[in-house]
Amino acid sequence: MNDALFAVVNHIQQQFLTKLEINREQLSLVVSAEKIIPITKALKETHGFYLRDITAVDYFPQMEPRFHVVYQLCAMRENLRLSLRVPIPGKEPHLASITGVFPGANWYEREVWDMFGIRFDGHPDLRRILMPADWQGHPLRKDYPLGYEEVQFTFNFDEIARRKPKGQM
Amino acid sequence: MTEFRSVDLVKEFRHLVSERALTGETMVLNMGPQHPSTHGVLRLILELDGEIVVNAIPDIGFLHTGVEKNMEAKTYQKAEVMTDRLDYLNPMGNNLVYSLAVEKLCDLDVPPRAQVLRVILAELTRLNSHLLWLGTTGLDVGAMSVFLYCMREREMLLDIFEMCSGARMMTTYIRPGGLWRDVPVEFEDAVNRFIRLMPRQIDEYEALLTNNPLFLERTKGIGKITNEQCHEYNITGPILRATGEAYDLRKAQPYCGYEQFEFDIPTRNEGDVYARYRVRIEEMRQSVRILEQAMRNIPYGPVRSNNRKFIPPPRSEIGVSMEALIHHFKIWTEGFPVPKGAVYVSVESPRGELGVYMESDGGSKPYRVHYRTPTFANLQILPILTRGHFVADVVAIIASIDIVLGDADR
Repeated sequence: MNDALFAVVNHIQQQFLTKLEINREQLSLVVSAEKIIPITKALKETHGFYLRDITAVDYFPQMEPRFHVVYQLCAMRENLRLSLRVPIPGKEPHLASITGVFPGANWYEREVWDMFGIRFDGHPDLRRILMPADWQGHPLRKDYPLGYEEVQFTFNFDEIARRKPKGQM
Repeated sequence: MTEFRSVDLVKEFRHLVSERALTGETMVLNMGPQHPSTHGVLRLILELDGEIVVNAIPDIGFLHTGVEKNMEAKTYQKAEVMTDRLDYLNPMGNNLVYSLAVEKLCDLDVPPRAQVLRVILAELTRLNSHLLWLGTTGLDVGAMSVFLYCMREREMLLDIFEMCSGARMMTTYIRPGGLWRDVPVEFEDAVNRFIRLMPRQIDEYEALLTNNPLFLERTKGIGKITNEQCHEYNITGPILRATGEAYDLRKAQPYCGYEQFEFDIPTRNEGDVYARYRVRIEEMRQSVRILEQAMRNIPYGPVRSNNRKFIPPPRSEIGVSMEALIHHFKIWTEGFPVPKGAVYVSVESPRGELGVYMESDGGSKPYRVHYRTPTFANLQILPILTRGHFVADVVAIIASIDIVLGDADR
């Protein structure tokens, strides 16, 4: 495995006391929610990392904290890859936005809000991005039912609308 | 009847337009989602000062099909079929990155013949995508005939895909552990004919556009972006390379044996629409170069891994081996269990870094699949690129980002 990447990880660990996980030769740091801005800032400014992706995973109902927000970072000069995992409890989930560090995080955070209902504090424009603006619920949560949409006609529109899955707000 | 709540345009976008729009000094204009130059269903809210774009607000999601949610309910083999539908101009690339992720989770080996065929198919798909991009770019800036030439060559590629997989666009041909089946005997001839023809055809496209004064007028100095902005906004692919950085995942982290092939990463320094055009044209030439090398020595041998715990046995074995029958039955009914873990794998798609984040909980269905799609990231810079340009240039800029809305909306 890559020595340069381990040097970066060691440096970050000394500074912020994070836990390192290695999975199939891929390194990820488990970061607590309040440290996400300082860590991304340090990675960007001292080690030249840039954001590649933000997504989330829902571990309902088997695990608490319920959500993990996963950041993929990449330092392009040596092509070092590092991911950050931020566990977030399920009740009114929220996390600091990193749009101040990486402006490109904007749409990714909107997508995570849209799909998982995780609020990003300090985000300049937190609207739904993929689902319609008046949609109820967050589709990628594990307690959001999948599919089985009935076709609505004029004669049974209200009846079907009543029993349609609403999801959790 | 239930009343549908209408979304008030001004209310929804009020915080994104300037004060001048509220007093009526600038005009807020809706463009799309059904507009021929938006390459699908992209909606733009343009704030205009006369003909000049003050701000452009992209609104995506019209092609959202919930692929990621659907994948969670399907076994690994069935979920792959959906990956074609994401970036429908790069189906083989989507299959490839999905297969690489599953292979990484299961620790599967891919035989050398399949590796080389994967490279060939990935490069053919890159050419396919770039040809369609070139044709539509021509259309968008008013060069009608380029589209016809590009479609002619693209047809040859689609025939090759049909020959291999039976489908012209939605191939699902690259599977975890190798390929679905070996390529047919006509495959080599067809690809060789194509790569003999292609360099001459690229010259022909260039003769139509590269030094065409009308084309230069529409593209030079339009939609500029700097290298630093590309980094900040998470931009990869030809847009990044058009700002002078030679970053290509095929070189930076070779997969499928790309390190064996000799090719250059084309770059330009201007960062405008014309630079992106030149980079993509040169990439087509480099793809042909890779294809020439790959076609010269395709190794013989199997095209699928022999690991029977993950890969269904061939038909011939099922008749004679009870164990093969059991494996066949198990794999096609309940799927194969994938060891617990999470990986992020990425490849170079025609548009930039195409990554997949896949998490398995040890079962036969993926716990979470997330596609990091290049269009989604690249589309974010549209407001920066269009600011200060004419409305007509917005069309050229959208074309130069090379958007595929299926890729952005998933």
